[in-house]
Amino acid sequence: MNRKKNHTTYAPAADAEIAIQISNLDVSFGDNHVLRHFSFELPAGKSYAVLGKSGSGKSVLIKCIIGLIKPNAGTIQIFGTNITDLNSVELDKMRMETGFLFQSNALYDSMTVRENLEFPLRRHGIQKTAAEVDELVREALVNVGLPGTDNMMPAELSGGMKKRIALARTLILKPKIILYDEPTTGLDPITGREIGHLMVDIQKKYHTSSLVISHDLNCIHIAADRIVMLIDGTCYAIGTYDELKKSTDLKIKSFFD
Amino acid sequence: MLPAGLVRFLTEIAEVTRFTTKFFREILRPRFEFAEFLRQCFFIGYKSLGLVAITAFIMGLVITIQSRPTLVEFGAEAWLPKMVSVSLVREIAPVITALICAGKIGSGIGAELGSMKVTEQIDAMEVSGTNPYKYLVVTRVMATILMIPILAVLADAVSLYGAYLGSNIRGVVSWDLYWNQVFATLTYSDIMPSILKTFFFGFAIGIIGCYQGFNSKKGTEGVGRSANAAVVISSLLVFIIDLIAVQITDLAGLT
Repeated sequence: MNRKKNHTTYAPAADAEIAIQISNLDVSFGDNHVLRHFSFELPAGKSYAVLGKSGSGKSVLIKCIIGLIKPNAGTIQIFGTNITDLNSVELDKMRMETGFLFQSNALYDSMTVRENLEFPLRRHGIQKTAAEVDELVREALVNVGLPGTDNMMPAELSGGMKKRIALARTLILKPKIILYDEPTTGLDPITGREIGHLMVDIQKKYHTSSLVISHDLNCIHIAADRIVMLIDGTCYAIGTYDELKKSTDLKIKSFFD
Repeated sequence: MLPAGLVRFLTEIAEVTRFTTKFFREILRPRFEFAEFLRQCFFIGYKSLGLVAITAFIMGLVITIQSRPTLVEFGAEAWLPKMVSVSLVREIAPVITALICAGKIGSGIGAELGSMKVTEQIDAMEVSGTNPYKYLVVTRVMATILMIPILAVLADAVSLYGAYLGSNIRGVVSWDLYWNQVFATLTYSDIMPSILKTFFFGFAIGIIGCYQGFNSKKGTEGVGRSANAAVVISSLLVFIIDLIAVQITDLAGLT
């Protein structure tokens, strides 16, 4: 029996027009089929949102894209490379170019803001001088509107500040793609809107492609060019906010009413 | 058809075995997280010194005070240092140290990793190019394996000092006479098995704390449960390991 695994090398195409291409993705946990033949494409430089009900598999989808969950079938291509059969070393290379903003921020409680920001740099083995690291930290904090918070602990920050610091940690590696998992969960509507506008600013400054997982229509309206409707585990519809809002399909309509 | 409870129990055993096997696999692979290992040694070892020392001191004192009347009744008061030192070094100091560590360190690891799990910090580590098992589990288990024997040796020394003070509450035993009697009584067959078993205590406390934390579920309630389960299971394992160690020592003729 041949048990040799053929791992792909992560080699993103520099001129790829599609940042993320998902084809026939199937994910199930036991008898629970979360995603069924889910397919869609995120063009480079664009911002898409995936809208779906709680428990519809939005977070599972985004975790498949970052390689935290292995799909049962289907392919996920990041800039032309299928990442579903990458080994851990190649996955790390992909993750250096793909930022992930966690729903719960996932800031390390025992570390200061600065240490949180430096962590991905150190762990990915990126060789930088102390001055370069200082500059990257300062730049990331300025870009999320929180300069001077380097020495604060996560426990000292408000919900909105934590979200911004988590975003700064994502930005420190200057990713080409940013995945946002419920970026406004737990925030008041005003702070949620601020985060939405910040996401737009970040996309412009860093020229990233973004995929936002959310059920917050305000945030999606601000931050996403197009919306992917995730219903019954499939890509039910794709359109702009206004197109989908005008839809007469009851399943789509129920999100906008 | 097996009862559901038995299936759950067997599944849990299989999961713990898999988790433990992974430890032995990961420990042999580079890269070793030396800085994090030292940090954990500091937290697990240095930060537990005071608690272990105070408990060991009290245990030495109390065992001596409690044993004295019985020995006096048989006219064997002079045997007090001998009897107490063997009890403390062979059994009481290592087991009490392990139980304290199961409570303090086991629950700490369970709660810390559980909280990291439910707030996605473990996933964030993986996304940041870090093997979370290596960074969080291997370092903590190695630190408990190394630190608990050191704490147990400290507990031996402090409890023997407590026993010396206990001997002098009702009687008079000089410093030299007490320690001469203690060292004349204790042999390698008393000391080595008792130190050896503490390595296994350390392993059990570390791996169970990490397993419970890594498999924490259901938010903050799950974190509490993980911490609680880490203490209960690792304390039970300390007694089981102790029982096995005593049987092996007995079979080897070291008693």
